[in-house]
Amino acid sequence: MTPVAEQGLRETAFQRFLELGFPTTHDEDWRFTNVAPIARLVGHALACPSHALNCPPEAQQYLSKYAPFTNHAFVALNTAFFQNLTYIHIPRGQIVGEPIQIAYDSPSAISHPRTLIVVGPDAHCTIVETYSGTGAYFTNAVTEIVAGSGSVVDHYKVQLESPAAFHVGVMFASLGRSANFSATSISLGGALVRNEVSAVLSEGTDATLNGLYLVNGAQHVDNHTSIDHAKPHGTSHELYKGILDGQASAVFNGRIIVRKDAQKTDSKQTNKNLVLSDEAVIDTKPELQIFADDVRCTHGATIGQLDAESMFYLQSRGIGKQDARSLLTYAFAQDIIDRIKVQSLKDSLERILFEKFHERAH
Amino acid sequence: MALLEIKDLHATVGDREILKGIDLTVNSGEVHAIMGPNGSGKSTLAQVLAGRELYVVTGGQVIYDGKDLLAMSPEDRAREGIFLAFQYPVEIPGVSNMYFLKAALNAIRKHRGLEELDAMDFLALVKDRMKLLEMDQALLNRAVNAGFSGGEKKRNEIFQMAVLEPKLAILDETDSGLDIDALRTVAAGVNALRSPERAMIVVTHYQRLLNYIVPDYVHVLAEGRIVKSGGKELALELEESGYAGLGIEDQEEAVGKV
Repeated sequence: MTPVAEQGLRETAFQRFLELGFPTTHDEDWRFTNVAPIARLVGHALACPSHALNCPPEAQQYLSKYAPFTNHAFVALNTAFFQNLTYIHIPRGQIVGEPIQIAYDSPSAISHPRTLIVVGPDAHCTIVETYSGTGAYFTNAVTEIVAGSGSVVDHYKVQLESPAAFHVGVMFASLGRSANFSATSISLGGALVRNEVSAVLSEGTDATLNGLYLVNGAQHVDNHTSIDHAKPHGTSHELYKGILDGQASAVFNGRIIVRKDAQKTDSKQTNKNLVLSDEAVIDTKPELQIFADDVRCTHGATIGQLDAESMFYLQSRGIGKQDARSLLTYAFAQDIIDRIKVQSLKDSLERILFEKFHERAH
Repeated sequence: MALLEIKDLHATVGDREILKGIDLTVNSGEVHAIMGPNGSGKSTLAQVLAGRELYVVTGGQVIYDGKDLLAMSPEDRAREGIFLAFQYPVEIPGVSNMYFLKAALNAIRKHRGLEELDAMDFLALVKDRMKLLEMDQALLNRAVNAGFSGGEKKRNEIFQMAVLEPKLAILDETDSGLDIDALRTVAAGVNALRSPERAMIVVTHYQRLLNYIVPDYVHVLAEGRIVKSGGKELALELEESGYAGLGIEDQEEAVGKV
């Protein structure tokens, strides 16, 4: 891209954003999430983008090729306004042992973090993206991942935004033949949050999508995932777990597409919710679109409370009611934490969760 | 003063009365067996004593160690020294046996004004008690009862009892689902925990367990009441003539005949 072409991308995206406008609850994809507070915040600050893209020449062939902004207002907005591109390239065959940490601490009232991760064929890497900040602000993140054939990529997104923050984070992953990909979304902070994960699989690709969302008070967290089995012999496993308390609300919408070509697809989706209060609300919806005939697709969703028998068992051993509650709540989240392969992340999340549940209980 | 005094205890589940006036006195150092057919209320009595909210006490009183037991929460009962070995121990995935037991022991110690045990001291205690039950140490690091065999679960109950050292242990059908070798091990563990400072209530359907854990007293429960009490020979009598010999029918069977 020449600077002129760069400017073209920004302007096109900006124009598209103006055409689309912010989604409303009349849009099926946004039925349960009202982004009016975000629209109000952004509305005042909107002007035609002027700054350069700062995209390295070798990244230009990938940028914005996987995150389509034609039908997604927030992606369009990010593409028009992102300041710096975080670009990570792992060359063919290279194995990166240490996790790559990307930390976005919100710098201003509105920010548009943009990440592009290109992993060459047979390369291995682990990426941890963390979002945090203080006060009231809006983070509008877009991450594009291109995983080459035979690559192994583990991606973790840790959303630790401030209690007053708005967060929309959209990830698109294009996965090569026989690539092994996992995306884990841990969503703990924010007042109004939307996490999107979208993966397109090739032949023999193995994709795992795990998620944990915790909401309390008046928090709202919306998780939209999309797994597109475009080619045969793909495998996908998805496990999202939610813990809801207070007057909080959460959404899980799991789309699985099995294209006509994608025979022998094996796909499993599970969404489990633990509802700790009478006023919390969860909307969970599987969305299966299957066009091939020789496939195995299963899905299931559960919504439940703490198990009375387990509570009694713990209490009958001398463990106080509140401690028993926090122990069982923690246990509910445990299998998502157990699946995390980055030890330091696992340790810090265990600590955060333990404190959260303990605080909540006392 | 008796350790436990149950007077005219009535309890219901839903709109069904299960306990219809139980009277029982247990002193420290004694082992009482409570026998009875299915549906007689044995397990209900055990659960009511431990504080299960599913059952509603509608009459009578229970004095434990000079205190009103029925006014206490389940956790306070445990902290005051009551232990229920569950008939069906609950599986709790995500909570390690080790963590669970340490939290329980320290809650009890704190209540009694003792210092909490640190990880080292706790481990030493636990290893000592595991020997008693011939338990595999690997079970400690697994989630509470998750994927345990029936025998492992029952062993784990008695192991917990050995660590928590209650004043009153209630064993609810601890023999059910055990093969003879496991039964011997579990019974040996229970016998090792017999002491003048500790009372036990052993609830069982079959006399078999009482060959290994020899009781001081045997009570027969039928239709929510204790219909006969005696020494250990009463259990043998029941073994020979069955509950029918006492004119008692299994309630479930009786219902079947209607």
